Amino acid sequence: MSARATAAVPSPDVWRASQARRRWSGWLFYGLAVVSTMMGLVMLGALLFDIFTDGARQVDWHFLSNYPSRIADNAGLRSALLGSLWMLAFTAIIAFPLGVGAAIYLEEYAPDNWLTRFIQLNIANLAGVPSIVYGLLGLGLFVRWLALGRVVLAGSMTMALLILPLIIVASREAIRAVPDSLREGSYALGATRWQMVRQTVLPSAAGGILTGTILALARAIGETAPLITIGALTYVAFDPNGPLDIFTVLPIQIFNWVSLPQKEFHSLAAGGIVVLLVVLLTANSLAVYLRYRMQRRLQ
Amino acid sequence: MNNWRSAPRAQPTADAAAHQPDGFELASSRRDSLRRKLVERSVHVVLFLCAVISILTTTGIVITLLGETIQFFGEVPIVDFLTGTRWTPLFASKSFGVLPLVNGTIVVALVAIVVAVPIGLLTAIFLSEFAPARLRSVVKPILEVLAGIPTVVYGYFALQFVTPILRGIFPQTQIFNVASAGIVMGFMILPMMASISEDALRAVPRDLREGAFALGATRFEVVSRVVVPGALSGILAAVILSISRAIGETMIVAIAAGLQPQMGFDLLRSMETMTAYIVQVSLGDTPQGGIEFRTIFAVGTLLFVMTLVMNLLSDLLVRRYREAYE
Amino acid sequence: MINLRIDTRASDVAVSPSENGQSDVILMTRNLNFWYGNTLVLENIDCDVRPREVTAIIGPSGCGKSTFLRCFNRMNELIPTARIAGSVVFRNRDIYDRAVDPVEVRRQVGMVFQKPNPFPKSIYDNVAYGPRVNGYKGDMDEAVETSLKRAALWDEVKDDLKKSGLALSGGQQQRLCIARALAVQPDVLLMDEPCSALDPIATTRIEDLIRELREQLTIIIVTHNMQQAARISDRTAFFTVAESGAGTLVEFNDTQQLFTTPSDERTEAYITGRFG
Ligand SMILES: Nc1ncnc2c1ncn2[C@@H]1O[C@H](COP(=O)(O)OP(=O)(O)OP(=O)(O)O)[C@@H](O)[C@H]1O
Ligand SMILES: [Mg+2]
Repeated sequence: MSARATAAVPSPDVWRASQARRRWSGWLFYGLAVVSTMMGLVMLGALLFDIFTDGARQVDWHFLSNYPSRIADNAGLRSALLGSLWMLAFTAIIAFPLGVGAAIYLEEYAPDNWLTRFIQLNIANLAGVPSIVYGLLGLGLFVRWLALGRVVLAGSMTMALLILPLIIVASREAIRAVPDSLREGSYALGATRWQMVRQTVLPSAAGGILTGTILALARAIGETAPLITIGALTYVAFDPNGPLDIFTVLPIQIFNWVSLPQKEFHSLAAGGIVVLLVVLLTANSLAVYLRYRMQRRLQ
Repeated sequence: MNNWRSAPRAQPTADAAAHQPDGFELASSRRDSLRRKLVERSVHVVLFLCAVISILTTTGIVITLLGETIQFFGEVPIVDFLTGTRWTPLFASKSFGVLPLVNGTIVVALVAIVVAVPIGLLTAIFLSEFAPARLRSVVKPILEVLAGIPTVVYGYFALQFVTPILRGIFPQTQIFNVASAGIVMGFMILPMMASISEDALRAVPRDLREGAFALGATRFEVVSRVVVPGALSGILAAVILSISRAIGETMIVAIAAGLQPQMGFDLLRSMETMTAYIVQVSLGDTPQGGIEFRTIFAVGTLLFVMTLVMNLLSDLLVRRYREAYE
Repeated sequence: MINLRIDTRASDVAVSPSENGQSDVILMTRNLNFWYGNTLVLENIDCDVRPREVTAIIGPSGCGKSTFLRCFNRMNELIPTARIAGSVVFRNRDIYDRAVDPVEVRRQVGMVFQKPNPFPKSIYDNVAYGPRVNGYKGDMDEAVETSLKRAALWDEVKDDLKKSGLALSGGQQQRLCIARALAVQPDVLLMDEPCSALDPIATTRIEDLIRELREQLTIIIVTHNMQQAARISDRTAFFTVAESGAGTLVEFNDTQQLFTTPSDERTEAYITGRFG
């Protein structure tokens, strides 16, 4: 029983002690991870709870159909809702064909050269540009240079550029998921490239493309900063009737009410948020449903 | 020249007739073929133009920002802009030192990062290393909802919910303060931080993990000594991207952090960020074309450059970890 | 992303039509070389295919049978790194001539793939696809019916043409793909191991079908199944991998002769190994 022997074969006590500490730190870490994950969920719960308790009772037909007003009791969302609708419609009309077109080009046509890589790099970086910078672009390009003024169309074009990268990325993924055997089958029957794309690739990718587009448009509904920057108004007491009318949108109206000091307006803001969230929830459910249908069809 | 295409049909011999026993005929004249080629060319060109829009957008951003910014620097020396500590372009005695705005931006972003990075990383670890697939498939989409909520809603939440709580704890807290905006912004960024980190963690090959388990490591040891170090460049990319998002975020700070350009680090006070300043000017009646108006483009340029550098950096890091494991 | 990179040598081939003005060769390759990137996979292939015959292509895995087959309808162009030299002559015309549109070639030289690949559309739309893209102006219902009948699928699907092509069994899917190819009235049908994903009964049906179609068109079929080649083909081409690593055509002869008295020892070795 020399000192050497004890060192070579550690006593079981030593093992047990470190084992306990290892297990203990493992559990601690696990606990931290669980709590962290919970925090995100709890925060979401708190946010929704806070907003719905403040805002749900605001929402009624009167609230949806009245113009904004200096008197909180009379104020409503009418012009903001209509503005959001107009803005959204033109954003979709502009962004959808451009985004899908770009995605088709990159997946089915583009040669592997520096220009293609440059386009891809551009798209990746545009996705990370802060939305307010798009606002400055819209202000400089559409409002002032094209002299459109602070109208729906200027807002839609700005928004379209903002969501274009999202649509392109989602559409590319959907197109890439179409198996090559379908492309070959189509070519082997004498289809030209465009016939192949139109009749084989696009129908198969349609679900994914639509899902991505809806999610991108949902983003456009919620964006505030770029529209404020191009100068969309905060107080509009008439219906916008076309692409060249001055307008406001839901989130701007909400922002306007939040910024007022009176408590009544804060409740209006909460009511506006409830409406906004319901719209977004609908859009998202639609996207999820489309994705589900698409998955079923592929099986 | 075209004998090959038309021969079998141009001379319907008995043979050729036997070739088409069913008697239906495909229209495939030379004119059709020409038209088809024309369609193909035009489609190709149109699709190419769609893709080129992205280059035009970037060019548009750069030209719009630089055009006004260069004019701005014609009137205000660039050094004064970048080093001055007083920002009062909307007052009678004008000062164009952008540092207070940069200070506000960085402080808010720091608060957001302090919230988002640890919580996001731990969430990512929980989802990729601990959670059973079923739980993960429930938790992930719920967290994604956080990312889909419009920022104006977060602004409301910061001002109406978080600020009153903070004021309950620290009575000296101002109505508009950096802490509340930063905390809420942290939760807004959290899903992105978590999802990019999770991708990075998942990219660490399974045999590396198994190797560590086989040596008798506990799960915590595997995660902390093998998985997280292996995913480090991806996690770093997530952090940088989160900072970039925080710097560019607008509505939360415009609503909850206030509009007072300040130097310093007092989280309970009001500060103005670069983005909030742009909103402030856009809402006001600043005449277009004046020096005050140009300030937003100068500030916007600075913002664009800062986020661009960070996005490129994070891109580089992501590519590094992809290379490492593929 | 699909690239075309094709080298064509000017058709330096003497094409000799027989006396009556009609060639007794429908497809012919001369000096055909083929590369994927820098790897030569087909070397100097000269091969004549006669009309209204079934030509079988056999050979060990990786010797370039599929590649060779796909040279006949320019499908290889869809692979970015593919490069071809030499000539492929179809009805006295080099199909790799710059003036030739690959779309036209593919309409006249149809193809059936190893794995059935019906489009995720109805049976009807699958068959109508080819006529539609090629601008067929006649009665589509009739075209669909005729094609399905020729592919011996009509009786099984006639009551439910709206059903998805993917809802059919594997053998039915493959016959649907054949019907789809027949609907554009090709003169030649290329088949790349069409039965390899099918069970014996489905295989028998396809083989019967090939025998019937032989009356109307030219068929080139790649197969790993020696018995199948012997059963259905008039002539057989044996490919193998040469020392250089590239695929070469070793022997091309009447099927019966090739299987009973092969003239090359490599053929013999392969056949006895796989057939006997
Ligand atoms: N897309 C491609 N890119 C690069 N090389 C390829 C490609 N397709 C095939 N090859 C190579 O070319 C050679 C011939 O392939 P091919 O598919 O023509 O063989 P095959 O005779 O049909 O084989 P099998 O009997 O297994 O189907 C092989 O060595 C293969 O690895
Ligand atoms: Mg093959």
